[in-house]
Amino acid sequence: MAQDAAQGVTGRGFGRPGEVPGWVGYALLPLLNLLAALVLSGLVILVIGENPLDVLALLVTEAVGYPEAIGYTLYYTTSYIFTGLAVAIAFHCGLFNIGGEGQAYLGGLGAGLVGLALTGWPWPVAALGAVVLSALFGAVWGAVPGWLQAKRGSHIVITTIMFNFIAAAIMTYLLVDVLIRPGSQSPETREFDPGVWLPTMDRALGWFGVAIPASPLNLSFLWALACCALFYLFLWRTRWGYEIRTVGRNERAAVYAGISPARNIILAMAISGALAGFVGVNEIMGVQHRILLNFTGGVGFVGIAVALMGRNHPVGIILAALLFGVLAQGGGQVSFEYPTVNRELVMVIQGLVILFAGALENLFKPRVEALFRRRREWRGGGHDGGTAHG
Amino acid sequence: MTGEQRMDDALLVVLLLADATIRVATPLVLAAFAALYSERAGVVDIGLEGKMLAGAFFAAAVASSTGNPWLGLGAAIAASVALALVHGFACITHKGNQVVSGMAINILVAGLAPTLAYAWFRQGGQTPLLPGEARLPQIHLPGVEALSGIPILGPVYRELIDDANVLIWLTVLLVVATHWLFTRSRFGLRLRAVGENPSAVDTAGLSVTRLRYQAVIITGVLTGIAGAYLSTAHGAGFVRDMTAGKGYLALAALIFGKWRPWPTLFACLLFAFTDAVQVRLQGVPLPVVGVIPVQFIQMLPYVLTVLLLAGFVGRAVAPKASGVPYVKER
Repeated sequence: MAQDAAQGVTGRGFGRPGEVPGWVGYALLPLLNLLAALVLSGLVILVIGENPLDVLALLVTEAVGYPEAIGYTLYYTTSYIFTGLAVAIAFHCGLFNIGGEGQAYLGGLGAGLVGLALTGWPWPVAALGAVVLSALFGAVWGAVPGWLQAKRGSHIVITTIMFNFIAAAIMTYLLVDVLIRPGSQSPETREFDPGVWLPTMDRALGWFGVAIPASPLNLSFLWALACCALFYLFLWRTRWGYEIRTVGRNERAAVYAGISPARNIILAMAISGALAGFVGVNEIMGVQHRILLNFTGGVGFVGIAVALMGRNHPVGIILAALLFGVLAQGGGQVSFEYPTVNRELVMVIQGLVILFAGALENLFKPRVEALFRRRREWRGGGHDGGTAHG
Repeated sequence: MTGEQRMDDALLVVLLLADATIRVATPLVLAAFAALYSERAGVVDIGLEGKMLAGAFFAAAVASSTGNPWLGLGAAIAASVALALVHGFACITHKGNQVVSGMAINILVAGLAPTLAYAWFRQGGQTPLLPGEARLPQIHLPGVEALSGIPILGPVYRELIDDANVLIWLTVLLVVATHWLFTRSRFGLRLRAVGENPSAVDTAGLSVTRLRYQAVIITGVLTGIAGAYLSTAHGAGFVRDMTAGKGYLALAALIFGKWRPWPTLFACLLFAFTDAVQVRLQGVPLPVVGVIPVQFIQMLPYVLTVLLLAGFVGRAVAPKASGVPYVKER
């Protein structure tokens, strides 16, 4: 009872830990947020003159309705896992990395340079090289804003946004003036030697005698899942991860514990950039097999939505990335079927999900938690309800 | 070529640069001053980009359907204020993360504007090209002929001041009014107080929520005007991704200007000047380095932003309560 009184004084009326089942926070609330975002998206579809339910049904069918579609969906999911993890590790350090887009773009440059250089080598060597170089390029592009934040106090949000623009300009320059295939009109490099392409999943499974339909889904999907496991081990099972989380929770406490915030900010941003850079492995080595303009197409921004929906936890991120994979693949197909709908509709849904799952996370939370508290009190009789709230 | 002629040519180049600077600076100033209001009141707004884009789209859409640019301006303001209220609802009422909310609005509008444009106008995510009378007018001043004989003053008057868009004049007024408001008026001082120490404002019997909502609404009005400027004054119709990072640049200008009106104005003019120079430098060979690739010139404003924020700004001290939701003491 004394404890209850103390809690009352510190003003923690809402969301007291331990009173609400865990699945409410991890499953029910994200689902409610998603539902709200979908309802509003439905309104937008109504405004442009289509039937939201029809559009939604087609979207789901085209995303998971047949094996080939599932391959495409998982291919999108792969990139979203990378950027979702990237945004999440920065969040754990208390940083908002909006630069996933630029980091992924430069990661693609790293992967692509490996693809261009290693003609005639076996693909595992090229894959390893692409992973290393894309991570390196992305890490540098993340660490510099991290360094500027840690040492110079520049706002990381502004700096990472600027780095997106700078990355876009650098890539355009490189593709137009330097790396362009001689004699070509469109700004892209030559195609890599087919021997160094990252095998698609249908090819890889074919070695084991399993036949699935052809799709862009490639081995980087497995690397994405491995990254999720590594992400968990690093963040919750190593000292470095602990330090990053401590800085994210309370920078001042970290200083008193002998942890350097500057070092951890730079480290978290470097890892974040490296994770975003892996998008380049999926896109460039796995699918496009050449470097081209704007292959990222907003994956960095989707990563924000994925991390928020997934509660910055690898399992949640996989599920959220799946959801956005469905939206990306299904949304693209819907735009072929409906003349009034275009691909940008998917961005509307993404924006609404970020709004509800991120900024408006408190919209349903107090109410839902209060509901569960009341139910518990009602069910639990007098063990605490009668005294504390009488 | 006589010396006098050469001087005239040089003057003309300077005037054209200045003219371009003013035109590019106008939406930046509008957006930066928009953010000034909400950030001085303690609400971080990274959603300028989205609100401007919404303003640009609705201004062009309504101006194109009705032929009346003033209705377009009204629609732009309405749309932008609506988004500002969403931001306020998330950040003030529900104490949500302000950066996340701003980013959500940016992404939402980046999708919504082309989606609606695509569905309503069927021109691949644009609005139709606006005819002259559906665009916001320029203000023609008297006396251009009379002054044209006077050296310097004549050309300055003709090139810079005459035929400026009505929104440019509005922006000039805004800058002066904002300075007055934040230094002299009761409302402005209260806004500043609520961004520095909201509990003191609360203790004085003023509503923190109400003041912050007022600030956020002003932000919405100004970003709406900035958007309308892009699509119905500077341009002639909405095109996809028309804001192209101007909202972020405006925010950087605000930080570089340390959240004060005159330095912020100066920062906006500096960014706009870089942009004007950048346009003139394209393809022009420079001494020593030769022709700089156009992409490097185009990234000048962004690189400048990073350098300014990292080096010359000193420690930018944000309003103390900026980004912190106010929780009334129980």
